Amino acid sequence: MIAETSTIKIPNFSLSPRVDQVGIEERAARFTKRSIKKESKLNGLLLALNMIDLTTLEGKDTDGKVKQLCYKAQHLHDAYPGLPTVAAVCVYPSMVKVAKQALGNSGIKVASVATAFPSGQSTRDVKIRDTKYAVANGADEVDMVISRGKFLMGEYNFVFDEIAAVKEACGSARLKVILETGELGSYDKVRRASDIAMYAGANFIKTSTGKISPAATLPVTLVMLEAIRDFYYETGKMIAMKPAGGISKSKLALHYLVMLKETLGDAWMNNEWFRFGASSLANDLLMQIVKEKTGVYQSKDYFSID
Amino acid sequence: MAKTTIKKSSLHISENGLENHKPEKRLEVLKTYKIYIGGQFPRTESGRYYVPVNAKGEKLANVCLSSRKDVRDAVESARNAFGGWSARAAFNRGQILYRIAEMLEGRKAQFVDELMQQDASRAKAGHEVNLSIDRLIYYAGWCDKYQQIFSAVNPVASSHFNFSVPEPTGVVCIIAPQNDSLLGLVSVIAPVIAGGNTCVVVGSYAKPLCCVTFAEVLNSSDLPGGVVNILTGKASELAPWMADHMDVNAIVYCEKDEATQKMLKEKGSANVKRALIYDKVNWYDDAAGQSPYFINDAQEIKTTWHPIENIGGAGSKY
Repeated sequence: MIAETSTIKIPNFSLSPRVDQVGIEERAARFTKRSIKKESKLNGLLLALNMIDLTTLEGKDTDGKVKQLCYKAQHLHDAYPGLPTVAAVCVYPSMVKVAKQALGNSGIKVASVATAFPSGQSTRDVKIRDTKYAVANGADEVDMVISRGKFLMGEYNFVFDEIAAVKEACGSARLKVILETGELGSYDKVRRASDIAMYAGANFIKTSTGKISPAATLPVTLVMLEAIRDFYYETGKMIAMKPAGGISKSKLALHYLVMLKETLGDAWMNNEWFRFGASSLANDLLMQIVKEKTGVYQSKDYFSID
Repeated sequence: MAKTTIKKSSLHISENGLENHKPEKRLEVLKTYKIYIGGQFPRTESGRYYVPVNAKGEKLANVCLSSRKDVRDAVESARNAFGGWSARAAFNRGQILYRIAEMLEGRKAQFVDELMQQDASRAKAGHEVNLSIDRLIYYAGWCDKYQQIFSAVNPVASSHFNFSVPEPTGVVCIIAPQNDSLLGLVSVIAPVIAGGNTCVVVGSYAKPLCCVTFAEVLNSSDLPGGVVNILTGKASELAPWMADHMDVNAIVYCEKDEATQKMLKEKGSANVKRALIYDKVNWYDDAAGQSPYFINDAQEIKTTWHPIENIGGAGSKY
């Protein structure tokens, strides 16, 4: 891993490109104007469903709750045969073993948050052990949080080193780096944090923990997608993207897919390179998919509880 | 001194101006009739409108021609409002219905005026508005009383306390009477919301003025947004979408069109929707047009079996 990044020239992060706030917001707003109907809409909905990281990150999570979520991940709506499954189930490290067992060989991945999620306010030692614990229990993916306090203090080297250290602790598990954009304050800082995460070895960059508002928005995601594009041109390495939090409606999910396609292109249009961190989105997508099939507006009464 | 002089003269001029003022013909500010969804007054999502005309050939207004997506949005807000509205104390629902009647009383003149624009005589319009207010008061009173009428303690042959109570069915779609555009509207909405349901209403197509103005009355009378949603447009276009909507629990229809009645019942069967057909009701007749049975029509009867000790020895019948 170290050898891999060492061949890439690390830039001065203070010089990360500045973001034109008005321009990025107008550009993002334009993606919501595309008209997607009928067959392409259905395909978009199915793709979005397949990109979901079905998430439960509550203090009150129990083994039973996680098992139920894993069952849902495998049986989204049995009344409609041939549906894809979600991409992964996202849980706390203490629940990884339960989730891994419940998912068996379904092909659905287990993602675990780690590094003192959601605040990240702990020592490096604790964060590394948190990560290793999750991976040892079978996590396929690790969602870490960056130290936002250090980042805002301008200690970019600290943040960079921490991500690199967690990446090393991940071993073969893919690392998602949560920037918690709602705490960063400006698009410039989102761009800079994205650059730091990608150069430090992130496989994914992810907007939010889902614990604070605002979480994922279209403009913030666009800033990060553009950072991924620039990084790809610079290094030839693809980085995946995961907006998380606040995406609960199918229409919005389709807007994200439009933005993804028009910013990064078809290579990113699958669940290896794009995910939605969400819990209630799955049911809304299912209701829309069934609506497309039957022509009848659907009711929550006939779908599983989130 | 000079200053005072100037002041005096300027005052003089303005007094002169006032004396010379003649009333001018004023350009009237016409009301925009919009639909009512979730406590807001949006325009129809479709951007379409139509212009109803009265018997004299006068254009009444530009009125929204609602689309199926307005139905979708309205049902969603009705569903969101259902939990809060059905959980309210029955007495409080009664207070709010009474408040609607109060607000309608306060805007009587406007409704009379609109009914007259829609071809009613002054006497008939006044009568219709009065009856509408009285009907709201009638159902306000029933809010916390119909439960006693329709509940029962049931005799069972085991050691159970067995009782049945009415509970609101959920979201009710209403195609309001097309002719009695205010009284009919009030007569079908009031029993539905008195029973704790929320509703989506399509007003009269040819006489839509009162239903939009009634939405303004609702909006200013403590009724939570989303409990009543009012659309204007063609019932024939919107009814099929309401009839097969899986999140709608009952549908009310008041016309004699048998083909539509059949369609509503057939499409409604997908989720065992209640189809309530009020095609023979004379809303002007208090004996026929108001009754707690209209409330009961949109209720589900829930029966509970509660295990008890065998108290037969004490002589109790349950």
